[in-house]
Amino acid sequence: MAKEIYTKYKMAKYLRKEALPTALCPGCGGGTVLNAFANAIDQLKIDPRDLVVVSGIGCSAWIASPYFLADTLHTTHGRAIAFATGVKVGLPDKKVVVISGDGDLAGIGGNHLIHAARRNIDITVILVNNFIYGMTGGQVAPTTPFGAKTTTTPYRNIEHPLNIAEVVAEAGASYVARWTTAHVYQLIESIKRALQVKGFSLVEVISQCPVQFGRRNKMKEPAEMLRWFLKNSIPISKAKNMSREELEGKFVIGEFVNRQRPEFTEELNKLIEEVAGDEDAG
Amino acid sequence: MIVRGDEPKQIALLKKLYPKGNYFMQGDEAIAYGAIFAGCRFYAGYPITPASEIAETMARELPKVRGYYIQMEDEIGSIAAIIGASWTGLKSMTATSGPGFSLMQENLGYAVMTETPIVVVDVQRSGPSTGQATKGAQGDFFQARWGTHGDHPIVAISPISVEDSFWETIRAFNISEKLRIPVVLLADGIIGHTREQIRIPDPEEVEIVYRKLPKNEEEAKYPFGDVDGSLVPPMPLFGHGYFTHVTGSTHKETGLRDVYTPEVHIKLVNRLHKKIEKHEREIENWEEYFTDDMEILVISWGVSARPSLGAVLKAREEGIKAGLFIPKTVHPFPGKKVKELARKVRAILVPEMNLGQLILEVQRYVNDDVILKGVNKIGGVPLTVEEILREIRGV
Repeated sequence: MAKEIYTKYKMAKYLRKEALPTALCPGCGGGTVLNAFANAIDQLKIDPRDLVVVSGIGCSAWIASPYFLADTLHTTHGRAIAFATGVKVGLPDKKVVVISGDGDLAGIGGNHLIHAARRNIDITVILVNNFIYGMTGGQVAPTTPFGAKTTTTPYRNIEHPLNIAEVVAEAGASYVARWTTAHVYQLIESIKRALQVKGFSLVEVISQCPVQFGRRNKMKEPAEMLRWFLKNSIPISKAKNMSREELEGKFVIGEFVNRQRPEFTEELNKLIEEVAGDEDAG
Repeated sequence: MIVRGDEPKQIALLKKLYPKGNYFMQGDEAIAYGAIFAGCRFYAGYPITPASEIAETMARELPKVRGYYIQMEDEIGSIAAIIGASWTGLKSMTATSGPGFSLMQENLGYAVMTETPIVVVDVQRSGPSTGQATKGAQGDFFQARWGTHGDHPIVAISPISVEDSFWETIRAFNISEKLRIPVVLLADGIIGHTREQIRIPDPEEVEIVYRKLPKNEEEAKYPFGDVDGSLVPPMPLFGHGYFTHVTGSTHKETGLRDVYTPEVHIKLVNRLHKKIEKHEREIENWEEYFTDDMEILVISWGVSARPSLGAVLKAREEGIKAGLFIPKTVHPFPGKKVKELARKVRAILVPEMNLGQLILEVQRYVNDDVILKGVNKIGGVPLTVEEILREIRGV
């Protein structure tokens, strides 16, 4: 089967074949995200040589690293965005993309996420939110819905989930969108926009983990989880007129912000020009 | 930005900005200027006493040489950013003190495993914990050696004066570039904040080492392979179309992860150690005084080396045959050299601003018939000549 993919799958040219098949479980949403990302790169005609993909630790960190054929930096838990910051400063003309999970980027690495958005550095983050620490065996995450069951909340989760897209939008990102793995075309469009915008961009992808999350929450089949996403997704235009209580347990989807703000590496290089230019002139 | 082939322009700029001659500056500033002379063009850091002056100097000076300064949200992010920048080809540094150095340990191990050249400065202060935050100390000797988890080699260098801080920082960069490793500069808050005279050289006087790059596409396929027998793989930088894959997990020579084959792990981790051993002579550095006819040997490092020299000089005036050995590369510890020196003496004293750390390394190379005694001081006040001299007389 691994061989068949090379001839039948149009995006196979973007994959590191010697690393396949992927380590992802059957039914995982990670494949959908990889497919959407590859399609966005393909549609924008971005040369993978102009791309650096950075990831952290966890299942979602594996989506593009090592599978996507680009320079790939697979880092420590939570720190992908901080590593990517150094990469982007060194290579301001390249596309620097972070693909990792909710526990990685919004849990242990939440501080870097907020501050990269504040700095508005031109990095695209695809944050795959599956509500769970999957690789370690299904422990509660900062994104786990209130009341859900996990291996470390065996009775019910008594904490409230973080609204990642809202936090990052508030922190100052140029572009923020949220979709689910049941909205593939919209997802591809948003990834394209995120890659094109100058500044920090976040695409939060609500994704299914039937193995660690679904089966403990009465959604053993991947399709059940996708139906759950579709049934509870509310377009942001509609959500604006709804109360917090009405939005409890819903997934607000769409574009949260799309705006122009001074971008970090541009400002940094401008500043260097101001200072070093003076030195050059004597 | 300093790049190979751009040296004449860079040298001219450095000469204009920092004309050779005598300056009056702090150890922290000397580290920053040393880094700039060594070619450092990326600095990421987070404020902490007594290392903040390094960040302030870099923030002011780096833009003048077209280098990048960024203040990160914490120390974990700082070391992460410099590792990322290093993979784009920028010589990179961060500086902190004990608490921040603790936060950096995980990614220091990542730099070891991914063979990323970076320089990490720890301007040691008095701990444990917040301790005496504004006071210098030498309590991180083993944090530098064993702070990160797992079986890893490390190179750590400790300067003994402000001028030495300049030169040892350059040496830290050169070793880091040559061997594709992180190098720790174990400075301390006392030298860091001491102002004294320092001679800034002409940039031509400074030897600069650049990391080895792949000669061709074939070499670039093995970012972690010993392609030329030096045990140091060429570094296929990001952005050159090599499709380099870098991971902190156990990996094959191609960079791809393989955590299931014992041989892959054994081969990789052994090479990481062997490349340090193989280049031991280029890494080691020390100073020695009066070791030819000595009966008592003083071994000291960092800030304690200076009062140790004062005490040895005074002891000589009194007719006591004392000698002094100062390891400046403290890790790997120059055990063979210490063993050789220890054979000549009846007593060894080890002055340091902690309750006994360097002495534990010394102990491994000294026979039982030699008296071995620490001269230890904590509390944030450096050892004095008199305090060490008293111990020399007493032994």
